[in-house]
Amino acid sequence: MSVAGAIAPQNAAASSAPLLEIRDIAKRFGHAEVLKNISLQIAPGEFLTLLGESGSGKTTLLRLIAGFEQPTSGQIWMAGERLDALPPYRRRVNTVFQNYALFPHLSVRENVAYGLRVKSTPKNEIAARVEDALAMVKMRDFGEARPATLSGGQQQRIALARALINRPELLLLDEPLSALDANLRKQMQSELKTLQREIGIAFLFVTHDQDEAMALSDRIALLRNGALEQVASPREIYSHPATTYAAQFIGQTNLLRGEVRGGSATCGAIRIYPVSGPDGPATFSLRPEAIKGIIDATIGTPYMEFKATIRQQIYAGATELLEVDCAGQLLRVRVPAGERLEGEHEFVFAPRDAARIRD
Amino acid sequence: MYSRTYKTLVAVPPLLWVGVFLLLPYALMFSHSFWLVRDGFLVHQWNLQNYRALFTNPLYLQVFLRTTRIAASVTLCSLLLGYPLAYYLSFHAGPRKELLYQLVIIPLWVSYLVRGYAWKTILGSDGVLNGFLQYLHITHAPVSFFLYSPFAVILMLTHIYTPFVFLPIYAALEHIPRPLVEASQDLGANRRATFLRVILPLSIPGLLAGATFAFVLSLGDFLAPLLVGGPSATMIANIVQSLFGAAYDWPLGAAISVCILLITISLLFATEQLEKRWSFK
Repeated sequence: MSVAGAIAPQNAAASSAPLLEIRDIAKRFGHAEVLKNISLQIAPGEFLTLLGESGSGKTTLLRLIAGFEQPTSGQIWMAGERLDALPPYRRRVNTVFQNYALFPHLSVRENVAYGLRVKSTPKNEIAARVEDALAMVKMRDFGEARPATLSGGQQQRIALARALINRPELLLLDEPLSALDANLRKQMQSELKTLQREIGIAFLFVTHDQDEAMALSDRIALLRNGALEQVASPREIYSHPATTYAAQFIGQTNLLRGEVRGGSATCGAIRIYPVSGPDGPATFSLRPEAIKGIIDATIGTPYMEFKATIRQQIYAGATELLEVDCAGQLLRVRVPAGERLEGEHEFVFAPRDAARIRD
Repeated sequence: MYSRTYKTLVAVPPLLWVGVFLLLPYALMFSHSFWLVRDGFLVHQWNLQNYRALFTNPLYLQVFLRTTRIAASVTLCSLLLGYPLAYYLSFHAGPRKELLYQLVIIPLWVSYLVRGYAWKTILGSDGVLNGFLQYLHITHAPVSFFLYSPFAVILMLTHIYTPFVFLPIYAALEHIPRPLVEASQDLGANRRATFLRVILPLSIPGLLAGATFAFVLSLGDFLAPLLVGGPSATMIANIVQSLFGAAYDWPLGAAISVCILLITISLLFATEQLEKRWSFK
C-alpha cells in the first residue's frame, strides 16, 4: 500500500496531537456492514473505552487497529505513521486478549519475555525487564508456573505484563475482565486504572459493560450497529446523552417526549422550563435520581413539580427505586431508602437535569 | 448408578474380543518362538535356539536394518508432505478447506492393493512414468530401477501413509487457538517466528502421532516390497511371511514377530510419553 499522497495528520509534532487517529474507517464482511465510517482520535495517555452491545463492531475496530483485520476503506494513523498498511508485528500497539491467549507451552516468565525474545533483545536486558513487568503486576513469585495452573485473575495479570513489556504507546484491551467473577472484576478494574495512570500510556478498552466503562474511562465511545452514537466523558454522556440510545444504554433514565414552544416544554402532565433550542417536538432524558420526593438544597430554583401515584417500590440497600404514574406516564424515581410509600405524592426536579436529546 | 449385572454385561464383549483375538494369538506366538521344528514337524520343546539364530545370522540383522531405514525414510517423506499440507489447509486454505480435506481423505477409501498395483503400472519398464520420460526425450530407453527397488517401496508407502500422517497433524493444528497466533504477531513475531515458536511446538503431539503411524505401519509392511520392491527391498515382514509359509519354520517366524512386537510396543510407549510431555491443556 502506498503512503505517498496521503495527508499526514496535522500538527503531528504538537503535544496536543492525537496518538491514534482513525479516519473514516469502514469494514464489511461480505454484505454485512460491521463498521460505518468511523472517525475517532485517541490522545496520548488517554483511557478511551469502546462501549457497545455484542455485534456493535467494537471488537472489529480494535482488531483493525491491532492489524488482524484490514479496513474496507479509511485509514488509521499513529504518531504520523500510516498504521493500517503495516503487518501486526510492525505496529507499536499491543493487545490484551479476551481469554488472555497465553502460550500454554511456555512458562509465565517465557510468556512475558516473548515480545523481547522475538526482537533479539540481549539476555540480561530481557531478564531485568521481565522481572520489572512481573513486579508491576505483582506476579514475581509465579515466574516458573505454567499458565494453565494460574487462576483467571492471575492469567489476566500475566497477559497485561506480556503486552506491556514492549512498552507500547497504546494498549488495546479486548473485554479483558469479562471472564472474571464480579468481585475480582471490581478489584481488577481498580488495579487496571491505577496501572494505566502510573505508566501513563493510552488504553483503548473494549467492553459491553456500561458500569465498567463509566468507572474506568476518560472518554467513552458508544458504538451502535457499527456507527458511533456518542463520544464523550462518562459524566458528559450520562448528564447529556446525545441520543435516546445513549440515554438508555448508559444508566437508567426516563424519556420525556413532548413539545417545546417559546422556551418551555410540555411532556404530558410535566412541564419543563426554561429549555433551550428550537421549538418543535423534543425528547428529554431525566435520570431517576434527578427526581426527588422532597425539595432539598440541590434543587435550586426554578424547580419543576408534578404529582404521581406510587405503583411499585423496589428496595436496593442505600436507595430504592419507585415506579410512579404521572397521569398515565410511567416514571422511575430513585430516592434514599426510607419508609413504605403509598398513594399520590409530589415530586420535584431541576430543569437543568432534563437533558434535551438531539434526535 | 449402574448395576453390577449391567457393568458385567457391558464389559464382557470387549474383554472376550481382546482375549480371543489379541491375547490368545500373542500367547500362541510367544510359545511358538520357544519351540522348534525337527524333520518338518513342530516339536514342543522349550529352547532359545530361534532367538540365537536371529542374533547370529547377519541376514536377519541386515534385513531388519533395511526395514528400519525404509520405514524411517517413509516417515520422513510423509512428514515432509503431510505437515505442509496440513499447515496450508488449517491456516491458509480458506473456503477451499473442506474440499481439500476430502481430497486428502478419499485415497483412504481405495484398496491398498489397488494402489499397489497402480504404482506397478506407473513405475514398470513399459509403465506410465517411463513412457512419459521417453515422450519428453529425457530418457531414451526404459529406466529399470524405478520398479523393484527400495525407492519404489518408499514411494508407494509414502503415498499410502501420508494421509495417516496428515490427519493427526491437521487435528493438532486445528486445535491451536487462533488468538495465540495473533498474540504472537501482536508481540512482534513475524510469520516465521510465530510458526517456530508457537505453531510448531503446539503441533508436536500430532506430529509425533503421525510419525508413529507411518513408522510402525511401514515397519510391518509386507505388501509393498512384495508388489514393487523385489529382492533388493525385502523387508522383515516378508521374511516372517516366508517362514510361516514355504519355509515352514513357525518358531523362527514367531521369534522375529516377538522382536518386532517388542520394538513396536516400546516405540508406542516412548512416543506416548513424548506426546504427553508436549501436550498442554
